[in-house]
Amino acid sequence: MRLIIKGGLVADPLGKGLEIADVVTEEGRVVSVGASGGRETEDPDTVVIDARDKVVLPGLVDAHTHLREPGQEYKEDIASGTAAAALGGYTTIACMPNTDPIIDDRTGIEFILRRAAEAGRVNVVPIGAVTKGQKGLELAEMGDMAAAGAVAFSDDGHPVGNAEVMRCALEYAKMFGRPIIDHCEDQELFNEGVMHQGYWSTVLGLRGIPAAAEEVQVARDLILAARTGGRLHLTHLSTAGSMDLLRWAKEKGIRVTADVTPHHLVLTDEAVRRLDYDTNTKVNPPLRSGRDVEALLTALQAGLIDLIATDHAPHHFDDKDVEFNYAAFGIVGLETAVGLVVTNLVEPGRLDWLGVARLMSLHPSRLLGLESKGSLSVGADADITIIDPKAEWTVAPEEFASKSRNTPLGGMSLRGKVAATIVGGRPVVLDGKLV
Amino acid sequence: MLGRKDILALEDMDVEEMMTILDTAESLKEILSRDIKKVPTLRGKSVLTLFYEASTRTRTSFELAGKYMSADTVNIATTTSAVVKGETLKDTAWTVEAMGIDCIVMRHPVGGAPHFLARICQASIVNAGDGMHEHPTQGLLDMFSIRERRGDLKNLKVAIIGDVFHSRVARSNIWGLGKMGAEVWLAGPSTLIPPEVDRLGEALSGYGGRVRSTYRVEEAIEGADVVMVLRLQLERQKKGLFPSIREYARLFGVNRTRLALAKDSFILMHPGPMNRGVEIASDVADADYSVITEQVTNGVAVRMAILYLLLGGATGESSSTAAVVDRSAGGEAR
Repeated sequence: MRLIIKGGLVADPLGKGLEIADVVTEEGRVVSVGASGGRETEDPDTVVIDARDKVVLPGLVDAHTHLREPGQEYKEDIASGTAAAALGGYTTIACMPNTDPIIDDRTGIEFILRRAAEAGRVNVVPIGAVTKGQKGLELAEMGDMAAAGAVAFSDDGHPVGNAEVMRCALEYAKMFGRPIIDHCEDQELFNEGVMHQGYWSTVLGLRGIPAAAEEVQVARDLILAARTGGRLHLTHLSTAGSMDLLRWAKEKGIRVTADVTPHHLVLTDEAVRRLDYDTNTKVNPPLRSGRDVEALLTALQAGLIDLIATDHAPHHFDDKDVEFNYAAFGIVGLETAVGLVVTNLVEPGRLDWLGVARLMSLHPSRLLGLESKGSLSVGADADITIIDPKAEWTVAPEEFASKSRNTPLGGMSLRGKVAATIVGGRPVVLDGKLV
Repeated sequence: MLGRKDILALEDMDVEEMMTILDTAESLKEILSRDIKKVPTLRGKSVLTLFYEASTRTRTSFELAGKYMSADTVNIATTTSAVVKGETLKDTAWTVEAMGIDCIVMRHPVGGAPHFLARICQASIVNAGDGMHEHPTQGLLDMFSIRERRGDLKNLKVAIIGDVFHSRVARSNIWGLGKMGAEVWLAGPSTLIPPEVDRLGEALSGYGGRVRSTYRVEEAIEGADVVMVLRLQLERQKKGLFPSIREYARLFGVNRTRLALAKDSFILMHPGPMNRGVEIASDVADADYSVITEQVTNGVAVRMAILYLLLGGATGESSSTAAVVDRSAGGEAR
C-alpha cells in the first residue's frame, strides 16, 4: 500500500526543518519527503491524504501509559487504550507494568505483545518491572524480559524506595542497554498526602505532598546514575527543585533524561479549590504551585526537559466518585495531550513544531530504543501524525475512546486537534475519527 | 433566610450571612433558658446526624437544636450502620435521602467530604467537621461567644494556640474572625503550623483581618482579647511531630503565668474535649475568665439558628424570627 500525504507543513527533527512537502510511504516505510506537487495518481492502491493547512509530524510516542490490562480491564484495556492513543495522535505507546499481575517476567511481556497484536490499534511496547512484584526488594529478570521485547524497566506506581536496590538496577540494566524509568517519591515524606503541600492544602485541610518528597529521590537517583553510569529516566517531574537538580546533573554530564506531563504544565494546585475537591484533580505527583509550573515551562523552553509523556492513568468512575482521600490518583491524558501542547506551548510561542516533534516523537523513541521511529527519514517506519493546528474543540470526557473519563479538563476549550494518525503506513484515524 | 442550600465552610461565606446566623442565634438562645424548651418551628422537618468520627458535644448539640425546634432527628453512628459493610458515602446519603431526610449534618475524617455530599444530594448539608478542613458551626459559635462578651469582633486580638496544622476549628475561626476584622495570631510548635499560613492574611486583608504566626506562645498571648486553646491530639506525638507531651506542655501549655500577659478583660476558650494539664492548665480552664461551658450552650443556639435558616423556609422575613419565637413561647410554655 502506498500513501501520499500532500501539502502539509512537515516537521521532521532529523529532516530539513519545517517545509511544505509531500510525504510518501510504501509498505510501511517512508520512501520520500519532497516538494509538493506533480504526484497526482489514479492508482487504486494509493491513498492520498490532503494535509494542506495541517502539520505533519513523525508519529507521536508516549513513554508513559497505563493500559490496565491484565487485571483491571474495567478501567482500560489494550483495545480501548490504543483507540484513545490513536485519537490522540499517538502511534506508539509504552505501557507501565503495574497491572494485576505485575509484568515482571517474560510471560508478562509476551502477553502484552500478543494482546497488542490482537487488539491494538497502535504499536504497544511493554515496560517491565524493575523488581519482582514491584515490591522494591529483588531485581526482576530484566535480561529475559529485554530479550522478549521489554523496552525499559520501571516500578512506576511503587517507587524504588531502597537506594541499594536502585543502584543495582541501574548497574544491571546497563547490560541490556535499557533505561530505568523512576517515579520519584520518598514514601516517608509523601506521608499519605493527597495534594501538593502548600497554601491550598492549608486552606482545603488536605494532607500535603511536599515538593521534597520528589526532590529527595531525584537527587538520590542522579547520584546513583553518576556512580553507576546507568541509564536513568526521571518521569513526570513536577517541581522547581527537580528542575534545578536536573540542570545540575546535565551540566555534570550524568546520563539522565526526564519528562513532564501536559497536565503538570497547565494546571496548578489551585484547581483542587476551584473545582471544589473534584477528585479528578487528584494525581501523583500532585498538581503543583504556580511557581513550579513556571519552572517546568522555563526548563522545557531551555531544552532541559527531553520529552513530554502523558502518564495516562485511567480510573473507573466509581474509583473517583468517593471522598478525596479515598479516590484513586490519576488523570487520563492520551486524548488531550496534543490540544494542551498546542494551546499552551505552541500558540504562546514557547515551542515550535520541530520542538513538538522532538519532545513527543524523536526523544521518546530514542529513550525506548525505537531506532526506526521518531523521524520521517527515508526508510523510517511510516508512523505519522497529522494535526490541524487551528481546530478549536472542547474537551468532552464522555466522548473519549478510553473507558475512563477521569480528567479535570472537561469543558476546557483547546486549539489543535489530531486530524489523522497513520501506523505502519495505514491510517487508523482520519478526519479525527477512528477508521 | 440564607441564599444557600448548605453550610460547608466559613471560607466561602460572606460577612452578611455570618451576621444573619449570629443575630438569629441571639434571638433563639432565649429558648434554652425556658422551662419547656420546645418551639414548633421545624415541625415536619427531619434532620440526620451522620458521624464518621466520635463526638460528644457537636452531635448532641445538633440533635438537641433540632429537637428544641420540633424537627425529627435521627442519628447514624457509622460503627453500627451499613458503613461497616463497606457502603460508600454516596450510597449511604442516597439511602437516607430516599427516606425523606431534609438535612444531613455530617462529620467526616476527610476534607471536602461534605462538598462531595452537597453535590450529590438535594438535602441541605451541614458540615460538622471535615478532616483538617473546617468546622464552620464551631467557628460561628466561637464568634458568637466572643461577640456576646465583647460586643464587636473588629480589631480584637485573638490568639489561637496549639496544633493549628491539624485543626479544622482553627481554620474556621481564622476565616470567620478574619472576615469580621479581627487580628488572629497562631502559635504552636513549628511542626504544627501549616505551610504558607501567613498567606491567609493576604486573602483576608480586604476585610481588615490579619493573620500572624509565631512559635512563641507569649508573643501571641501578649495583649490578647481572646485566648483560644486547641485540643492536642496526643497521638500526634507518636508521629514525631513533637518529642513528648511533657515538653509540649512546658513550651505551649496555657497556664496562669502566660495568661497574665493577656489584656485584663480577656476571655479563655477551648472547643473541647480538653486534655487538662497538657494544652491547658486545669485551674485556668475553670477560672472566671473561662467561657468554655458558655461555648457549649452557645453551640446549641447557633445550631438552632443554622437549622432554622436552612429549613424554616415558610416564614421568610428575617424579622419574623422573633415573632415565631414569641408566639411559640406563649403557646408551648404552658
